[in-house]
Amino acid sequence: MAVPVAAVRNVTKRFPGVVANDGVSLEFHAGEIHVLLGENGAGKSTLIGLLAGMQQPDGGEIVIDGQPVNIASPRASLELGIGTVFQHVLLVPSLSVIENLMLGGPWRRKLLRGPALARFRELSQLLGVEIDPDAQVGRLSLGEQQQVEIMRALWRGEKVLILDEPTSMLTPQGVKDLGAVMRRLREKGVALILITHKLVEAYELGDRISVLRLGRVVGALPPERLRAMSEQEATDAVIEMMFGTVTHHERDAEILVGRGRQAYRARVVDRTRAPRLSVRGLTTEATRGACPLRTVDFDLWPGEVLGIAGVDGNGQKHLAEVLAGQRVAASGTIILDGKDITADAVPERRRHGVRYVTDERVGEGTVGSFSVATNLVLKEIGASPFFRRGISDWDYIHDHARALIKRNDVRTPSEKTPVGKLSGGNIQKVLLARELNAEASVVVFNKPTYGLDLQNTRLAHERILAGADQGLATIVISTDLDELLEIADRIGVMFQGHLAGIVENGPDVERKVGLLMTGAKAA
Amino acid sequence: MEALLNQAFLTSLLFGAVTAGVPLLLAGLGEQISEKAGVLNIGIEGMMLFGAYTGFVAAYYSGSFSLGFVAGGIGGALVASLVVLLCIRYGLNQIVIGIAITLGIEGLTALLHYFQFSRTYPRLDQAPVWALPFLSDIPVLGRALFSHNPIVYLAVVLMIALVWVFRATYVGLNLEAAGNKPAALDAAGVSVVKTRAFAVLATGFLSGVGGAYMANVGAGLFVPFMTGGAGFIGIVLAMLARGKPVWVLLGAALFGISLAMTTALQVGGINIPTDVVQMLPFAMVMLVLVIFARHSVLPPALGLPYVRGER
Repeated sequence: MAVPVAAVRNVTKRFPGVVANDGVSLEFHAGEIHVLLGENGAGKSTLIGLLAGMQQPDGGEIVIDGQPVNIASPRASLELGIGTVFQHVLLVPSLSVIENLMLGGPWRRKLLRGPALARFRELSQLLGVEIDPDAQVGRLSLGEQQQVEIMRALWRGEKVLILDEPTSMLTPQGVKDLGAVMRRLREKGVALILITHKLVEAYELGDRISVLRLGRVVGALPPERLRAMSEQEATDAVIEMMFGTVTHHERDAEILVGRGRQAYRARVVDRTRAPRLSVRGLTTEATRGACPLRTVDFDLWPGEVLGIAGVDGNGQKHLAEVLAGQRVAASGTIILDGKDITADAVPERRRHGVRYVTDERVGEGTVGSFSVATNLVLKEIGASPFFRRGISDWDYIHDHARALIKRNDVRTPSEKTPVGKLSGGNIQKVLLARELNAEASVVVFNKPTYGLDLQNTRLAHERILAGADQGLATIVISTDLDELLEIADRIGVMFQGHLAGIVENGPDVERKVGLLMTGAKAA
Repeated sequence: MEALLNQAFLTSLLFGAVTAGVPLLLAGLGEQISEKAGVLNIGIEGMMLFGAYTGFVAAYYSGSFSLGFVAGGIGGALVASLVVLLCIRYGLNQIVIGIAITLGIEGLTALLHYFQFSRTYPRLDQAPVWALPFLSDIPVLGRALFSHNPIVYLAVVLMIALVWVFRATYVGLNLEAAGNKPAALDAAGVSVVKTRAFAVLATGFLSGVGGAYMANVGAGLFVPFMTGGAGFIGIVLAMLARGKPVWVLLGAALFGISLAMTTALQVGGINIPTDVVQMLPFAMVMLVLVIFARHSVLPPALGLPYVRGER
């Protein structure tokens, strides 16, 4: 077997209180896509950080072309021919494509566009993409921005390309394009490292799969074995590595492979009755950095889960806020149970049973430095029974908190712990406990599982479905289409501030939603 | 009222405007470099004042004005290195440190000046003037605009050079990235800390030269607290200029004129209380802020220390 282009040998990295990588050994070969799988906290990102020069290992060695190397900085990593595309876009939005690519050049010199453009064309051809080098990066679509990032990663050498969850922000078409780019690069002899949560992707794109768990490599499928396996066999094998042979994690596995989506949720929503929520011609004023609503119309019935899909930044945030009462509608009406609530502010809407679970869990949803107990009454400050004549009744608030913590299984040392100290999953539980505690009739979720691991994703989904089964009218805004396929009854798509269309969840829904996401009319 | 419009008055008004405007131009350009790189450099007032002091002392003992400007620049950069250490390297709050530096330097320079000169205020000779050939022969404008200390022309050349640096060099690209998306600069293999440190030191040097100009050319002597808010006006100029050096020049000209008015009106014998006249430039600051502040565009990462891996 050929010498690997890059390898980590027995690498260990400790952070205060955790061993993020514990004796990890992996090999990356030219012309091969090596998929790393694992849950949040499995140590994938740490490993990438080591290869990208963001951190240095505490033990073990990194080997490039057979030579042990010390990657002391991001520059050193780039100079070794290792390029990384991180999960979040790392481009300067105010600069042009070519300027972004030239960033990091020899600073004493004048900017030379000529050679840069030549390299740009070379890489465009390699990737098989067409982008205007003078376009401002902030105006490109996320898919195009990612292509620019791949170019930047390959700019100073195309030996190793690391992609950290590259598909999470893309449209279905964008995912397809990315797959084509990756296959092209593989043919050209680049060693690709793909980090993903999705097993389907891993099987479709990967030549070799390694599974990490709690900082260790717990299993691997080398190319010879992987090629001989069907998708079913491969995913079964990986699931076994990730969770062990005990299969009480079946639902995790289902989420992971998206197998649940074959069995569309057979929920019956009675749409003969009057809808609980009717939204007509809703628009908002444009604000800086956020897409306003242009026209939004929909009806929502009790017990129904309406998924709102779309690429981030197409008006989802405004939609959530205007439904919650946090943002003023410029025109249009919101009717709840036959009553016009358009002009009502947050407290009135809350009294009418409107609940909002924001995507900004800390900051908008909770105050990080306040205790769990205070955060649980955050929307009832000054109201009885928690406050009497404006004075907080701490005993009552703490009792209330303890009950909710118990009922919602929030893992917190005590009700007095600052909420910012909890994990993302537990902060989400605090939010759910507060928003869903009583007399809710309409709930708006904005990216309810963003950044959560499988375990907490599953819990959140169960919570949402349980609420709907009890008759809650539910709106789930998410950029993860698989999630919506999993839990929604109907899926609407936001495109440039319009609710472009609503389709029933069922066979062929992915294609229809994908079309709507790119601005095409409903098929 | 006629006195206002005669030639001598106009010449002295414009000449005064240039003298008052050049330190603002230098401070504004300096602050613009920092802000581009994402550092809100409030300590610029202190940097100017320290530059004024070191510049004056150097010129006083050596008798050389050029040496005075160099010393002023170094003095300003010295103060700036404090900001580099505390705010850029250790990520402390830029506003708090900036205010502390300004207040600290005000006290320090007053103290040093007292130790050295007791209560006397020695004067320098008239600063050398370089009258530009031909241009300085134009009536009114020639005397007012084209017969100044060379540093004045250098400041204008610097403004033009910065336009080029921002648009056509790696330094400009790095500064822009450090202020807009520092993580992108880091990922591209350029140190955000070094880029910002460079920017702040450049700010310190330029504002120090500006301070030295105030002391050595504008006043001819050093008086404690003599910058009197010029650094803060520089911050205002940089904010309103939206990253464009030309606008700093225009702004500095505007404030220069209003500062010159305060003396010109008094010389011109206009019968209004001097306190009102002296208020003029600051009323101007407020007026300009009220009219234009909504249009100021600041880099997203302004004032935020960069820590790798945090978002």
